[in-house]
Amino acid sequence: MTPSNSDLEHFVAETMILIPGRSSKQGTSLNKGKLKEEYLEVTSTVEMNPDDMARLNLQDGDPVRLSNATGEAIVRCKGRKPGELPAGVLFIAYGPPSSRLMASDTAGSGMPLSKQMEVRVEKADGSPAENAETRLPNE
Amino acid sequence: MTSRLRIVNGKVHDPANGIDGAVRDICIEDGRIVESVPEDTLHIDAAGMVVMPGGIDIHCHIAGPKVNLARKLQPEDHRRDPHPGTAFTRSGTGGTVPSTFATGYRYATLGYTTAMEAAVTPIGARHTLEELHDTPVIDKGFYVLLGNNIFLHRLLKEGRYEEFRQAVAWWLNSTKAYTTKLVNPGGDEPWKGRRNANVSDINEKSDVFDISPRQIIEAFVRTAAELRLPHPPHIHCNNLGHSGNYRTTLETMRTAGDQRLHIAHIQFHSYGGVPGKNPESRAAEIAEYINSHPNITCDVGQVMFGKSTIMTADAPLAYMLRGISKNKWVNADTECESGCGIVPFSYQEHVFVHALQWAIGLELFLLSEDPWRIILSTDHPNGGSFMSYPKLIRLLMDREFRREETGKVNRKAMNKCRLMDLDREYTLNEIAIITRAGPARALGLAHKGHLGPGADADITIYEEQEDRELMFSAPRYLIKSGKTIIRDHEFMHDHTGRLLHVAPAYDEAIAGTVRTFFEDYYSIEFENYAVNDHYLHDHEIVPTS
Amino acid sequence: MSENIQIVKNATCTFCGCVCDDMELTVDLDQKKITKAKNACVLGRAWFAEHGVSEGPAAAIDGREVPIEEAVEEAARVLARARFPITYGLSDTTCEAQRQAVAISDIIQGNVDTTTSVCHGPSGIAFQGVGESTMTLGEVKNRADFVMYWGGNPAESHPRHFTRYAVTPKGMYIPNGKKDRTVVLVDVRKTPSTPVADIFLLVKPGRDFELLWALRALVKGRRINPGIEAITGVSLETLTDLVERMKNCRYGVLFFGMGLTMTRGRHFNSGALLALATDLNEYTHFVAKPVRGHGNVTGADNVVSWQTGFPFGVNFSRGYPRFNPGEFTTVDTLSRGEADAALIVASDPASNFPRAATEHLRRIPVVTLDTKQTETTNLSHVVFTTATYGINTAGTVYRMDDVPITLRKAFDSPYPTDEEILTAIRKRVHELVLARRGATGARGEAKVAQRQPV
Repeated sequence: MTPSNSDLEHFVAETMILIPGRSSKQGTSLNKGKLKEEYLEVTSTVEMNPDDMARLNLQDGDPVRLSNATGEAIVRCKGRKPGELPAGVLFIAYGPPSSRLMASDTAGSGMPLSKQMEVRVEKADGSPAENAETRLPNE
Repeated sequence: MTSRLRIVNGKVHDPANGIDGAVRDICIEDGRIVESVPEDTLHIDAAGMVVMPGGIDIHCHIAGPKVNLARKLQPEDHRRDPHPGTAFTRSGTGGTVPSTFATGYRYATLGYTTAMEAAVTPIGARHTLEELHDTPVIDKGFYVLLGNNIFLHRLLKEGRYEEFRQAVAWWLNSTKAYTTKLVNPGGDEPWKGRRNANVSDINEKSDVFDISPRQIIEAFVRTAAELRLPHPPHIHCNNLGHSGNYRTTLETMRTAGDQRLHIAHIQFHSYGGVPGKNPESRAAEIAEYINSHPNITCDVGQVMFGKSTIMTADAPLAYMLRGISKNKWVNADTECESGCGIVPFSYQEHVFVHALQWAIGLELFLLSEDPWRIILSTDHPNGGSFMSYPKLIRLLMDREFRREETGKVNRKAMNKCRLMDLDREYTLNEIAIITRAGPARALGLAHKGHLGPGADADITIYEEQEDRELMFSAPRYLIKSGKTIIRDHEFMHDHTGRLLHVAPAYDEAIAGTVRTFFEDYYSIEFENYAVNDHYLHDHEIVPTS
Repeated sequence: MSENIQIVKNATCTFCGCVCDDMELTVDLDQKKITKAKNACVLGRAWFAEHGVSEGPAAAIDGREVPIEEAVEEAARVLARARFPITYGLSDTTCEAQRQAVAISDIIQGNVDTTTSVCHGPSGIAFQGVGESTMTLGEVKNRADFVMYWGGNPAESHPRHFTRYAVTPKGMYIPNGKKDRTVVLVDVRKTPSTPVADIFLLVKPGRDFELLWALRALVKGRRINPGIEAITGVSLETLTDLVERMKNCRYGVLFFGMGLTMTRGRHFNSGALLALATDLNEYTHFVAKPVRGHGNVTGADNVVSWQTGFPFGVNFSRGYPRFNPGEFTTVDTLSRGEADAALIVASDPASNFPRAATEHLRRIPVVTLDTKQTETTNLSHVVFTTATYGINTAGTVYRMDDVPITLRKAFDSPYPTDEEILTAIRKRVHELVLARRGATGARGEAKVAQRQPV
């Protein structure tokens, strides 16, 4: 997906470590239904270190592309307070978006690497809804 | 619809009814042995074969939380020993801790029809009942661990004996157990609460509870007698495995006075010598005490060379063995009730101590004057797998074979014991006693272990063979509850046996007393603790006498 | 709310592995809803509130409603004729249902695996190598004066773990609750769990193994290079202090979570932790416990273990159980395109599995049992909507510490239970398999005893 026009800030991309995990809201919303809006929204939000966000020109709620050799997901970002999330570490409530980044090789253990995945992080164009690669919550 | 069967021409060994090899008919109707059946009844021609009641294992570890941990621990043990399924039997795996289906089918394959799981925590009783339900063919029961129960210790310390007795009865009912089990009484608290310490003296009062193992044992012996339980307290004495422990065993037996008591796997408790140094055999002293005290029964806990698994509620013991073998080790503490330890193990012919243990077990058998009370077991899987019973039987019946085997083991150990001087050979009758009639009587199972009218139709038919190991490893027929489960060495049916348990009367008020303690110190709700009848399936309450 | 109300006491919440059995449910029997769940945490409240009576048909084939019998027939047909059928899930249903699922897998000589393989499977593998010193949760309450959490966030994943079991409760030898304990947390980020800790260790991502190994070395009295700080993010001084506390406590507990099992090293990470707890028993009484996710994943481990000898990743193709993580685990059997049919029980792999696996799931016939609509039910050939365990059914579950608990029913559901459906499928596959082998005689008795490898 090519960035639009000449805004060079769109080219800033970094490799970071993504940690998918349980969150309270993800746990409650999955009870309501995993195909429902609330669950999909909760699992489409990535938490970031505020300094990292600044460097990538991100504000709370901006669309972010996470990608690696396995796949990609467009999610919305949200900043944590300083000191909570170390630089270079991302947290997302696990669900369909984070699963797209998970490789299937289990190294003979049965367990795919489901935490601490290396992903490329960059600001995405438009909203998740405008991005054709993403499977939308409304589908 | 009535189902009938007649077994004809077989040589019957029914020691409880004084039949020692006579050719007799055995008549079966609706799962029981009866006096006679109509002439045209289907019959099995057992000419040239030996007919015995189905075997009874009085002490084994086959179902429940501890067993399942040991199962999960050793995939390598299962991998070597697959148990294929058939059109109507489930598959499984074997090794020293077989999966539940394999356990039941393999007991049946040896001619056993009843087995008693020897140690279950009350909070884990539900788990044992589920596993027993998935253990086919055999009738079964279990002993509930109460010897290190904190609430019961408190009652004893406070001198509240009457409530102690009510509480024991309540616990037996709430867990659907067969009797009370004590393992290293007094040893749990030092292990969990005193940085892995242990108790070593039967008279030692723990600083926490101010009661000694002896006081605990006395209380259970008295309670079991007053409740008139069919089987007395089943005890794994303190100091298992330690040199010099035979004194603890004698003290423990003396504690019972003339009341009934069952000593588990007594071979492991028959050592002389000095703690910390090599053991010596005191089989003679132990056998002598049992021979002269008819209130005592025991099972031998014979060591058999090869792979075993140590699984015991004696957690400090398992840790000590782990220190020797440096192997993987499981420890599992159970709140307020018990503990357990698991270590993979093997007994090797060339190792002095193992060879001596093997010899001591055989000495106990050969010095026994009363086969009704010195009963066959390997404490499966601690001393060896139950699959080794046929070989053990051959060792007891065949002096030549025993001599050959003795020649293969550590020489020094053989010189340190009397085994080579013991010439005795067990007869078929005596084997029928130590594997059938004796355990039935010790357990108080009036309908098992014999072939008289009224008995459960649990019958094994062996082809008579000179090689006793071969003979006992493959019955030609096995009949369980009147159904022919094995015919011509093949499985014909699947079957689920009955759970045997006791239900002694008690005063309902005791539940309230237990509850008060429970709510403070357990981590589940009191109302969710006792096992409901949904877990019983086919069952039989064995009455208090 | 109607007037037809019932209170169910001592009910059990099965949302997470805490399996809290002190729920007091207020049930509106007319509306078939739980209107209140006293003692439940936020996750439990959502669990009870959102599992009313489902919508949709009890049984459907390709999205079309059919009678249950027809769906059972089709499910049995699909599974019996497959050459490599896999069964997966099982962690959100009763043991009674799990036993039927393993029976089906045995009969069709397929594969059975549970969510353990993507949760604490690595800890199960580590257990097989190292063993485990462990305990039931009441021991923690009564005795533990040192409690450590590694790679988990209980405040959000197991909200009552601190308060009901491990940190705040007063116990027999812990009369002052949290004040009598030292609480340590190790994680790669700060979470809502962090404030509970007296000591927090921020470890660099992917460096848990190195940190655990350094602790093991210090426990055994070896010298550690101060360079450990650059590697793990934790200073030698902090580690040395920690080890002293661990050796000198009276009863130490190490809880651990997905931070170890789901990251590089997997079973080596779990194994290092279990070995550390074992090593400490040379000095004091020390235990460890994996914090299990789903309500009855521990039950699934137990059932599969007692029936087969192995806890997960089991294959019956040769007529008996074989175990091999990586070969018979479900992410692998799907990602490599080996499975040619699937029975999914109480689980949603289509949502949470890697893409190669979910794509293959779309290519094969899938039979699914679930209480609600999910990505997995959407792609399935046969779907059974079933009643929710612990709400509409009784049955047995195992808490994370292997304590078995009997569920209580809150209200009836018009939908069948997992156990009922699986029992029906089991009976039918057994008939189909026997017929295929020509194995039944005129009176239905078995003629051919032995199975053949598939």
